Amino acid sequence: MTVTKLHIETTINGEPREFLCDSHETLLSALRNGLGLTGTKEGCATGDCGACSILLDGRLVPACLVLAPEAQGRAVTTIEGLSSGDALHPLQQKFLEHAALQCGVCTPGFIVAAKALLDAKPNPSEDETRYWLAGNLCRCTGYDKIIRAVLDAASEMKESAI
Amino acid sequence: MTTPREFKYVGTRPIRHDGVDKVTGRASYGADVVWPGMLHGFVLRSPHAHARIVSIDTRAAEATPGVKAVLTGKDLPETTATIALGEAAIDLRDVGDNMLARTKVLYHGHAVAAVAATTIDIAREAAEKIQVVYEVLEPVTGIDRAIAADAPILHPALRTKGAASPGAAGPTNIASRLEFKRGDVDAAFAEADVVVEREFRTPMVHQGYIEPHACIARCGEDGRAVVWCTTQGPFVVRDACAAIAGLDPAHVKVIPSEIGGGFGGKIVVYLEPMAIALSRKAQRPVKMVMGRDEVFRATGPTSGSRVRVKLGAKRDGTLVAATASLWYEAGAYRGSPVGAGAMCALAAYKIPSFFIEAHDVVVNKPKVAAYRAPGSPIAAFAVESVVDEIARELKMDPIELRLKNANAEGDKAPYGPKYGPIGLKQILEAARNHPHWTSPLAANQGRGIAVGFWFNAGMNSSATVILDTDGSAAVVTGNPDIGGTRAAQAIMVAEELGIPVERVRPGVGDTDGSGYTDLTGGSRVCYATGMAVIRAAEDVRDQLKARAAQIWNVAVDAVGWENGRAIPPAGTEKAEAMTVAGLAAKMAHTGGPIVGRASLYAPMAGPAFGAHICDLEVDSETGQSKVVRYTVFQDVGRAVHPGYVEGQMQGGAAQGIGWALNEEYIYDADGVMENAGFLDYRMPVASDLPMIDTVIIEVPNPLHPYGVRGVGEVPIVPPLAAVANAMRDATGIRFTELPLSPPRVLEAIEAASAVSVGA
Repeated sequence: MTVTKLHIETTINGEPREFLCDSHETLLSALRNGLGLTGTKEGCATGDCGACSILLDGRLVPACLVLAPEAQGRAVTTIEGLSSGDALHPLQQKFLEHAALQCGVCTPGFIVAAKALLDAKPNPSEDETRYWLAGNLCRCTGYDKIIRAVLDAASEMKESAI
Repeated sequence: MTTPREFKYVGTRPIRHDGVDKVTGRASYGADVVWPGMLHGFVLRSPHAHARIVSIDTRAAEATPGVKAVLTGKDLPETTATIALGEAAIDLRDVGDNMLARTKVLYHGHAVAAVAATTIDIAREAAEKIQVVYEVLEPVTGIDRAIAADAPILHPALRTKGAASPGAAGPTNIASRLEFKRGDVDAAFAEADVVVEREFRTPMVHQGYIEPHACIARCGEDGRAVVWCTTQGPFVVRDACAAIAGLDPAHVKVIPSEIGGGFGGKIVVYLEPMAIALSRKAQRPVKMVMGRDEVFRATGPTSGSRVRVKLGAKRDGTLVAATASLWYEAGAYRGSPVGAGAMCALAAYKIPSFFIEAHDVVVNKPKVAAYRAPGSPIAAFAVESVVDEIARELKMDPIELRLKNANAEGDKAPYGPKYGPIGLKQILEAARNHPHWTSPLAANQGRGIAVGFWFNAGMNSSATVILDTDGSAAVVTGNPDIGGTRAAQAIMVAEELGIPVERVRPGVGDTDGSGYTDLTGGSRVCYATGMAVIRAAEDVRDQLKARAAQIWNVAVDAVGWENGRAIPPAGTEKAEAMTVAGLAAKMAHTGGPIVGRASLYAPMAGPAFGAHICDLEVDSETGQSKVVRYTVFQDVGRAVHPGYVEGQMQGGAAQGIGWALNEEYIYDADGVMENAGFLDYRMPVASDLPMIDTVIIEVPNPLHPYGVRGVGEVPIVPPLAAVANAMRDATGIRFTELPLSPPRVLEAIEAASAVSVGA
């Protein structure tokens, strides 16, 4: 039997991981199906909804538009990598406090995308936050409480950094 | 009249119990599980909008290595069963035929076969080898074509139900026609000083939940099936699966996953009976997950429509007469929400004489599904636009005009019953007194207001409250939690037992683990299931009082209850008040575990109104418009968790704004949807919207112990007209067709300026 799978070595949420995948498989599929990281969701598979937002070497990408082999030698951050030990990331905590989720299926993507925003710009305006998160669809909340949660997290993270 | 109850937990904003799982990615949705040995299912769909199936040859697919089962419509029994759903009923013959076509395909994307294989790639490739021979028929792509004399007929056996038009007989695409009337309409219009008549059109729009349909099912040699799926109604899925797959309902168990949005679109089944039937053939679990294009082409949407409304008013603003003619697309099978639309159309107003007719029309598009206040937004778009025109004709403030005609307690609703306490006047007064209404507008901006109505639903609910020895409690119902209902149920148990809300564990049971409960929909969960939760908690409290009576050796009736403690009758020796925890610790010695339960049928609900104010800014060079300020006023009866009540109001408004401004199913002449993806089906994103302000008004519903009405559906009703009325204010143009997308707006602005230049 000929070998058809590719062997990929990568770093996921700070830990070295390896997996086998088909050459045409998306990173989203590899994360969800091969690696059991189902926090990253599939909403469209065309890069339009943001439910599969991850960080690839710190850059925000939709995992559905990345081929799994592209993860070779790179660092992947998913929603499962945001909380540390027993503490939630401030964004996660603020989403809870602001009731910024209803069904919750878009929430991991929003939190990862918002983390990328705050990494790049710790003190974003409301407008900047709305445009940064325009690649993430939420059908439940009307975005109001999501934007408030992100802005609140930003101001809290800024305070704790001082 | 009792004095209003003081609440300790109701009205607070605790963190939802399922929240940490959802912000960390641990919560399991429909597509998130893996079962050992599982296969992957793929659906082959029709490339034609209307065609007869001549033959299906599955041999090449079946011979493909890795393929374990192939299914076509012939493999499933034809059922005549129905599922009761409030006033309506789900016809499972149609649901089954919609899930997997038998003799005809009725829309582009209609399923014709399914394959289960060891990988999704093998299943997809094998499905492409299935040879389907079609006899292609002319597609019926809209209402005008459907009702033309020479229209192709979708269902040869279909006859118009209800009050048929004179002369109508024989095969038709009009599935039903109904009428509501009051008074002498012609005489009433003759009395009117001002009459406005307009015709409105709206396209099909989708619920747009972010999580596609997904399920996994296994069916064993004994004919017993277990289904895990994303659904609003596990009991609906159970009964539908049994009938469509040909199983005994006693042998089907449905486990609801976390649900990634539904809005009415996750009530009927599209995949689950297929997964069961494939699993029965393959004797392995089968997982099926839809792609987004399948969700658009073959699930949802709600109706496209044509609605004609005529209103007559006296010079002082009194509405005296109305007619409305509603035509809603049902999609491929009968059952549009036109009846509800007709009942909601004039619900806000005291109009002595009216005539409403409503038509349900089948067309070669996906079979419509419920969508948040089904039918009401379309009707409100038409009526509230005409009310706005009446206000303009009379030079009257549109809120004053609505207040003058607003229904109140004791008035007879256009759809029959007398209203109990309703908050329509209160929301209108709140809107009039809100700073938004009188704030100045900038250049190129306009302001619109509209109201909306929904009945809200009651129906069957069950709840179980389980007390633990440490005095904490679990509460289980059969309602999947879409928008925070578990948090509300935990608050209710905390309120009744006087234990901290964090010590209540709310959960969603499967169909074997909870009493029968109708679906999560109709804004009924906090109302009807909430009532069951409160009664189940009261049952626990009554049992605790009995245990205290036993400990104190006094009569049960003599035991009091205050602040979560049983109080001994005055003068009882050696007796001190006992907490829930204290009594729970003694359960084993006072009669054993305590479980409270309640099951009920709530025959009625709390009808509710909302009013929305929209400020729109329009770029006259591009036709692009943007909502710059938006305020939602709604009578919710009682807000149990105000954070999630506001969330419903904001989310419903955003969906309605999308419907008004951008969303539409676009079809080509062959009946193929051209925009079956989120790039081209343009739902609102964060940068499209401002903060959405909310004003919660609480006119308690006397049917509920706390006054809850239900909140989820009303907020999608007003936005269509609120936005269109703001567009009228900004541009001077009355748009009667949605969406108000840039090309349509620009064309109208250019046409209007050409006219004024020419004049």
